[in-house]
Amino acid sequence: MQQAAAPAVLDPDVRQARTADGAPAVELSGAWDIRALETRARSLKLQLRQFSTDPGSHWNLSRIQRLDHIGALLIWQAWGKRRPARLALAQGHEVFFSHLDSAAAAAPAAPFDPLRLVRALGAALLLTAEHLRGIVQLLGQILLDSLVLLRHPLRGPWREISASLFRVGTQALGITALVGFLIGIVLSYLSAEQLKSVGANVFIINILGIGIIRELGPVIAAVLVAGRSGSAITAQLGVMRVTEELDALSVMGIPHTVRLILPKIVALAIAMPLLILWTSGIALTGGAISADMQLGISVHSFMTGLPAAVPAVNLSLAMGKGVVFGALIALIACHFGLRVQPNTESLGIGTTNSVVTSITAVIIADAIFAVIFADVGISLL
Amino acid sequence: MTPVIEVAGLWTQFGDHVVHRDLNLTVMPGEVVSLVGGSGSGKTTLMRQILGLERPTRGTVKVFGIPLHGSNAQLLHKIRKRWGVLFQEGALYSALSVFDNIALPLRELRAFDEDFIRDMVLLKLDMVDIERRHAAKMPADLSGGMIKRIALARALVLEPELVFLDEPTAGLDPDRSESFVKLIRSLHETLNLTVVMVTHDLDTLVSLSDKIAVLAEQKLIVYGTLREAIAVRHPFILNFFLGERGLRALSAVAATINLNGKH
Repeated sequence: MQQAAAPAVLDPDVRQARTADGAPAVELSGAWDIRALETRARSLKLQLRQFSTDPGSHWNLSRIQRLDHIGALLIWQAWGKRRPARLALAQGHEVFFSHLDSAAAAAPAAPFDPLRLVRALGAALLLTAEHLRGIVQLLGQILLDSLVLLRHPLRGPWREISASLFRVGTQALGITALVGFLIGIVLSYLSAEQLKSVGANVFIINILGIGIIRELGPVIAAVLVAGRSGSAITAQLGVMRVTEELDALSVMGIPHTVRLILPKIVALAIAMPLLILWTSGIALTGGAISADMQLGISVHSFMTGLPAAVPAVNLSLAMGKGVVFGALIALIACHFGLRVQPNTESLGIGTTNSVVTSITAVIIADAIFAVIFADVGISLL
Repeated sequence: MTPVIEVAGLWTQFGDHVVHRDLNLTVMPGEVVSLVGGSGSGKTTLMRQILGLERPTRGTVKVFGIPLHGSNAQLLHKIRKRWGVLFQEGALYSALSVFDNIALPLRELRAFDEDFIRDMVLLKLDMVDIERRHAAKMPADLSGGMIKRIALARALVLEPELVFLDEPTAGLDPDRSESFVKLIRSLHETLNLTVVMVTHDLDTLVSLSDKIAVLAEQKLIVYGTLREAIAVRHPFILNFFLGERGLRALSAVAATINLNGKH
């Protein structure tokens, strides 16, 4: 090809010249493509602007060796986004300018809105109401579907429940034990310092017993499960929404409430109280070990003193909380999972919202429990 | 002229399963090369290896004369600015608007101001026939055909010399794929692009390709023009080109091929 005889490609250059009849001209030469302009765009733009002050001048672009849309756009912008009257182009370069002449159009600016903050607040409130409605609707749908299940118990999603139980319950034993144990030790250590100073060592059993069994155990277990299983449920349902798996279930006549959501709610409602028992047990063990070292109350006497300090009804209360917390977490996680839009950002936002909302909901529910059962299970000395 | 792509002695192995056995492929500047082959024949793997996304078990891949493996990061970065890739599903960044998707490669260069970038993005949208009112939309709100064209605009925004197209017309209706083929052809003519594409669509293949690379039995069984490819008696080629669908596509272009011959 002709490339053997072609001269070396030069750097892009702008200079003042004269046409054959002596009129002033601007002459461009060299390579005006992205490879050459990448590093010189700014300085060339300034140079071009100096030369383009005279609208009548002749533009000679025929000595440009290489051109692409980037170079063409840079030159065209220097012309004030219109083609000059007197222009000479190299062969084949016309095509790069042909698109440009239609390209002059301003992007619409966003209109100013003085009520933006008010609008944002209103939108946030409406969104909250919409979420509440969605959750109630989902709950209602699940109850209706459960009624159908009662009549045909064999068609229930038993395998799915069992699988979910393993995932949210069994596999959470390790992390809840670790966190429970550490919390027990820390709590016992801090309380022991205070109790020692007033000589009320033996009350460590009351403090840890009531505190952990009634409040801390359920809340810690619920927060861990919300972070661990809640996010997983939201992400799973969200991805199934993105990949149209939920629609595939619907067209097969398999309601996803029964097959996907109900098993998760049932599994969490069963697993949560058991996890609470487990977490509280381990936390108390940690507390007892710490009390033994700090206050000299042996683990044995700690454990035998527990029934007297903590009435058994507290255990039932904790289990009851567990059922409610578990169902709440699953319901909220499913709700946010079903609302995920088919894009990656929505999946991230949905998962975050799910975890934050379910932890908040758990704590609100815990406060409601505390108010309702204020008189239950506290033995006064 | 240095070849744009040079694959030499390439082996790909997943465990005991050999996908490519001593494969060679050379693509010269300005050529449009189609990779065809049955499912699992390793077309996509080969393309990913040429893109440097996967590493072959053995052999070398050179793009613009620069080996992809063993070159320093700066050199590789230079290569990546000279090629554009159209992924099968478009791979638009779903968190960014159409405008920002196309502007991203330009902004990464840090050489141009926002005014320039805006005009460039609008120009590219014009080139792929997308109306400007779609520029503010998010990829999730677009149809498959629009996503493909916007992804092509993004692939072309840095004026690449080499363009990879993975199933450019899959999932488009006949009318749209026809216009997509025309678009790619006109871009190829005006910008003198080198194009490497993976496709199953015979119409696309026949109307765009200068050369066809047929992957079967772990290597390229043919690498040549459509005529040369059809002349090879191999079960895959017989099925692919000379099956009912293949003949229909070929007869549609037979007329144009003959016309060209007479000129």
